[in-house]
Amino acid sequence: MSEKQVTRRNFLYVTTGAFAAAGAASLAWPFVDQMNPDASVKALASTEIDLRPIIPGQSITVMWRGKPVFIRRRTQAEIDEAKKVNLADLPHPEEDSDRAQNPEWLVMVGICTHLGCVPLGQKGDYNGWFCPCHGSHYDTSGRIRKGPAPTNLEIPDYVFLNETTIKIG
Amino acid sequence: MSENYAPKSAVGRWFNDRLPLLNLIYGHLLPYPTPKNLNYWWTFGGILTFCLVTQIITGLVLAMHYVADADLAFASVEHIMRDVNYGWLLRYIHANGASLFFMAVYIHMARSLFYGSYKEPRELIWIIGVFIFLLMIATAFMGYVLPWGQMSFWGATVITNLFSAIPLVGESVTNWLWGGYAVGSPLLTRFFTLHYLMPFLIFALVILHVWALHVPGNNNPEGINVVQGSQDTVPFHPHYVVKDMFALVVFLVVFAGFVFFVPNLLGHTDNYIEANPLQTPEHIVPEWYFLPFYAILRSVPDKLGGVILMISAIAILAFLPWLDTSKVRSAKYRPLYRQFVWLFFANVILLGYLGAQTADGLFLIIGRIATAYYFAHFIIILPLLGYIEKTKPLPKSLSEPVLSPEERQMKAAASGASA
Repeated sequence: MSEKQVTRRNFLYVTTGAFAAAGAASLAWPFVDQMNPDASVKALASTEIDLRPIIPGQSITVMWRGKPVFIRRRTQAEIDEAKKVNLADLPHPEEDSDRAQNPEWLVMVGICTHLGCVPLGQKGDYNGWFCPCHGSHYDTSGRIRKGPAPTNLEIPDYVFLNETTIKIG
Repeated sequence: MSENYAPKSAVGRWFNDRLPLLNLIYGHLLPYPTPKNLNYWWTFGGILTFCLVTQIITGLVLAMHYVADADLAFASVEHIMRDVNYGWLLRYIHANGASLFFMAVYIHMARSLFYGSYKEPRELIWIIGVFIFLLMIATAFMGYVLPWGQMSFWGATVITNLFSAIPLVGESVTNWLWGGYAVGSPLLTRFFTLHYLMPFLIFALVILHVWALHVPGNNNPEGINVVQGSQDTVPFHPHYVVKDMFALVVFLVVFAGFVFFVPNLLGHTDNYIEANPLQTPEHIVPEWYFLPFYAILRSVPDKLGGVILMISAIAILAFLPWLDTSKVRSAKYRPLYRQFVWLFFANVILLGYLGAQTADGLFLIIGRIATAYYFAHFIIILPLLGYIEKTKPLPKSLSEPVLSPEERQMKAAASGASA
């Protein structure tokens, strides 16, 4: 067996290479990270909405972080329909009570979880939302029931500031 | 072929002694030995080069008037159409040029499939070609986003959302691509930058493509090896320069027909409506040249699965030289492959048709069968054919198949006498 001696030269060669690699990698990061959402985009991260003009059975769409957010004041029939669903029938099982802080108000990101189209309201086989792009059907709680979308419509972080105002984000 | 070239003028010689650029151009364009039987399907290489240069030139001048900002982009395109001198012409050439570029590249690829041009020793030419095709897809897609119409916006939304199918990091990757939480101005600006960059990368790959081609020389309709400089080859100039020019003129007639008579035939009317993030159009359809791949994407009920299958549909092309196990190149001498390759072309056209329909009911079922067949062609049919197909005897030279029986006898007698 030939004895390989680690020389001073080997050591310098490897450490120089390692420093150069670490330096190149750390310098590469700014070039990658510059594409991430910037400070001005992040600054628009929350929106407050006055709920008073909305009557039961009516929806509004507001913009939050460049995305549409559906706010629907559900009718009693829609709430009942959402509550009586058997969770075992759902591709992405979630209780209606986990999706709406106040059952009367459904707040969710209006973007189909398949490929990002905006679903149409009060359409489809489950009387909820229907995405025209690739045919995903959502129920009155915004849960996926049929079609290619993998998950339910996303619920953004929101709080009721008082009886008639919510803050999204 | 280029070693003994000397420029005629003193200035040319002075330059060439210091930088043998003229040697290089001369060798590759003028005496380059080319098989004498190349048919018109071989003219699309030249046509594609013309398309690339046209896109670069028209794109350069359009960029002088276009503004890559979500608030201004749509208006700046209308400004090009209405106010800029000849802006309508430049934009219509650029938009229809993209379509014709794809038309030509599909014919070019089909020719390669039919005559086995991707086989040993030309595998690398083919693989570089697949990369050019990938870059073309990326460039065309980004270019379609720039006018910021409804189809631009929702096309960009659907395609960038494909990345969200990546497990774990999908959402971070899409937010990184968008530079935000939805498609908007940051994405438009970076797409414009990349759309401007990519044609030059394509140009660099085209140089490699041609360089790699000129090592073994062109394949030919018989698919046999020809000896460079033998009776089976003719100099590229003037023979194929003239043939390519004639084909190009015919191609330009079609091009001009689109630009001047039906400039919006291949576009979508919804793209003349400014992008609206709150309203998705009824049917989102990509440009016609992406339809077969779109049909494959939609044929899978699973999001990640659909994305993987669509990428595989293109990636599998790079492995074609090894999936096809037959040593015989040209479909002329492969009675079974000849039928299967036409079936494959028909299947791709069928997928294209399905890509434009709504994905439900019967269309979805046919789409799934056509998708399965697309992959079966590469994974099952091509590897098997090499073993079970009885190929026809190959001619010894390019002259042999076109000679009459008497001429063939005379030639045999002559070569017998000389032996």
